[in-house]
Amino acid sequence: MGKVLPLGGNYAVAYAVKACKPDVITAYPISPQTTIVERLSEFVANGELDAEFLHVESEHSALSVAIGAAAAGARTYSATCSQGLALMNELLYIMSHVRLPMVLTIVARALSAPINIWNDHSDFMSVIDSGWIMMMSASNQEAYDEIMLAYRIAEDPRVLLPVITSMDGYIQSHVVEPVEVVDDEDVISFAPKRKSWVTLDPDKPVTMGAVGDPNWYFEFQRQLWEAMKESRAVFDEAVAEFSKKFGRDYSAIETYKLDDAEVAIVGMGSFMGTIKAYVDRARKNGVKVGTLRVKLYRPFPSEDIVRALSNVKLVGVMDRALVPGSPTGGFLHSDVACAVRQAGLDVKTLGYIAGLGGKLLTMDNVKQMVDILLKYKDVKEVPKEPFFIGVRE
Amino acid sequence: MSKPLTVWDLPKDEFLAPGHRMCQGCAAAITIRHILKAAGKDVIVVMPTCCGEITSTVYPQTAWRVPWIHVAFENAAAVASGVSAAIEALKRKGEIPEEKDIKVIAIGGDGGTFDIGFQALSGTLERGDNVLYVCYDNEAYMNTGIQRSGATPLGAWTTTTPVGKVWRGEWRPKKRKDLIAIAIAHNVPYAATANPAFPVDLYTKVKKALSIKGPKLIHVLSTCVPGWRIEPEKAVEIAKLAVLTGMWINYEYENGVYRVTTPVPKRKPVSVYLRLQGRFRHLTDEDIKKIQELVDADVERINKLVGKQVIGPVES
Ligand SMILES: Cc1ncc(C[n+]2csc(CCOP(=O)(O)OP(=O)(O)O)c2C)c(N)n1
Ligand code: SF4
Ligand SMILES: [Mg+2]
Repeated sequence: MGKVLPLGGNYAVAYAVKACKPDVITAYPISPQTTIVERLSEFVANGELDAEFLHVESEHSALSVAIGAAAAGARTYSATCSQGLALMNELLYIMSHVRLPMVLTIVARALSAPINIWNDHSDFMSVIDSGWIMMMSASNQEAYDEIMLAYRIAEDPRVLLPVITSMDGYIQSHVVEPVEVVDDEDVISFAPKRKSWVTLDPDKPVTMGAVGDPNWYFEFQRQLWEAMKESRAVFDEAVAEFSKKFGRDYSAIETYKLDDAEVAIVGMGSFMGTIKAYVDRARKNGVKVGTLRVKLYRPFPSEDIVRALSNVKLVGVMDRALVPGSPTGGFLHSDVACAVRQAGLDVKTLGYIAGLGGKLLTMDNVKQMVDILLKYKDVKEVPKEPFFIGVRE
Repeated sequence: MSKPLTVWDLPKDEFLAPGHRMCQGCAAAITIRHILKAAGKDVIVVMPTCCGEITSTVYPQTAWRVPWIHVAFENAAAVASGVSAAIEALKRKGEIPEEKDIKVIAIGGDGGTFDIGFQALSGTLERGDNVLYVCYDNEAYMNTGIQRSGATPLGAWTTTTPVGKVWRGEWRPKKRKDLIAIAIAHNVPYAATANPAFPVDLYTKVKKALSIKGPKLIHVLSTCVPGWRIEPEKAVEIAKLAVLTGMWINYEYENGVYRVTTPVPKRKPVSVYLRLQGRFRHLTDEDIKKIQELVDADVERINKLVGKQVIGPVES
């Protein structure tokens, strides 16, 4: 079943979307996302995919169209990043809170200013409170797999939330890797469209997007919290079924050489490959270092992370988006630190900010990160300010 | 020729339930009622944030007996395009029966249409999506407390164009932008103006618009009790005076042809319309003369478009 093709991340995603048979696709061009929807346009143009394709005049309208389409019962897809995601911002919250499923891919790119089309996670991290389930891949295979997982989870009646899948701009989107493309029938049998949500139907009229006054607003929020929590069990079921069906694992986190590690680096996305390579090198010199990559960001896999880090002395968390004025400088660090603290673990954390606006991570940079961990692993008080890795001071 | 319709001939169905919270005398309520009478039950309505939306859907109540969605302020046209695209796709895939004719209507205020929703509207009209867009135009942002919009007419008091020692209400010294001309510039098959004091005309235009595939736009004048500083029982009378003075012209455009649907052989002076409204109370005779000149020019323009004098001179 299926075949292995050399695919950039964007094309891999386009193949997966095509196989999931969306009814409505809508998007606005922005680098490095654009080739996803270019490819999808070709599929529709060739008759390989039966979908309505709406060429909107902005990302704001893209997500508005998506909300309207999902509300009317369509399986819907869009992709964007950076300024486009920022322009969608208002509607991200509305879509999740009206409880409409869809899949949106973020091809992660820095936010302006200065305007910069290269990769970091500042767009992704700017929407982590928007009520979407969020995943971030590190390989093109994962970017492909996330799409079918996303549709399956989004449309599960226990969830009914939209899902963001993600990959690193250029580093994944435009770099060719071998990707196993599953037969379309197998994809759709794993993620069949489920008519699980309330839709706009003249035979059963409903009012969507009503006013929630102080008597009701809070209750809607409370329900969303529950749905998000519930989605974790649905995610686990989905990945279990996924590995049975396709023989590939997908999980909330990926750990590497953590079992006996004294120090660990936690991060997300494709940079973790460089860090793993450095870990191999450091291990040869007897340094007990491992890594943990967060793949499912919302709902946050606190328990998995705590379990994996419970024997580590010091964790360095790498954020690829800066949150000026925040306690740690990065959302990932704040979330990891919080998970560790909530579990009562005696594990210290410190933070790195790295790779903003497409600055690449070198082996020397990773060495610096590990050296920092080694310096502080037996020290009681670790620095609260993040370390800015690879920046010209 | 068949007998002309009267209000007695309109369907008795009420898809906007009584008990909505729009003000007594609100022309938006009258407009919505008649739109829905024309649309019938097989319709999906999209509304942006506005008076009509906020008053009619306070959870857990709703005044809507047809499926209805509100998403945000600036995107009703885009949401409607999404609904329409979904219907198209789901029909093709057999999830909605092919023969089921579900109409999609977006109904927005002037702020949601002229200003913040302008871009999305342009997208919907330009793409040719199968949507009827209706703007009920009360000439200001009423929902947020009567602020000036791009549709506020010359001289009108609003809370952001107040009357003081320096300011004398809205000062844009020309006619506001022409929504119908803008729609037509997008090459839509149908565009029309309508007025709540002429419900049969409004009904007929909605019916006609819904029978045409593609993007359609209807622009409706919408008297507003608190926003215009008028008595509720005067709302329809004032709407009617707008037509009788030429401040508002009921006309339609269909595939290249303009037609005035409410001819006015002899106009009343604009002062009879303006003087009934508190928002124009401060206007001097000089101000009113300026507004009369703008209206005269507009009447001349419309008469030219239809090729004859359907709107006559001001009666003396
Ligand atoms: C993005 C955004 N900006 C501002 C608002 C506040 N707001 C809600 S409705 C409205 C005015 C609506 O005016 P209009 O479209 O003319 O409708 P009306 O209330 O007059 O019927 C404003 C300013 C909002 N909801 N969203
Ligand atoms: S404020 Fe004006 S538009 Fe709003 S409900 Fe009242 S009359 Fe209608
Ligand atoms: Mg208004």
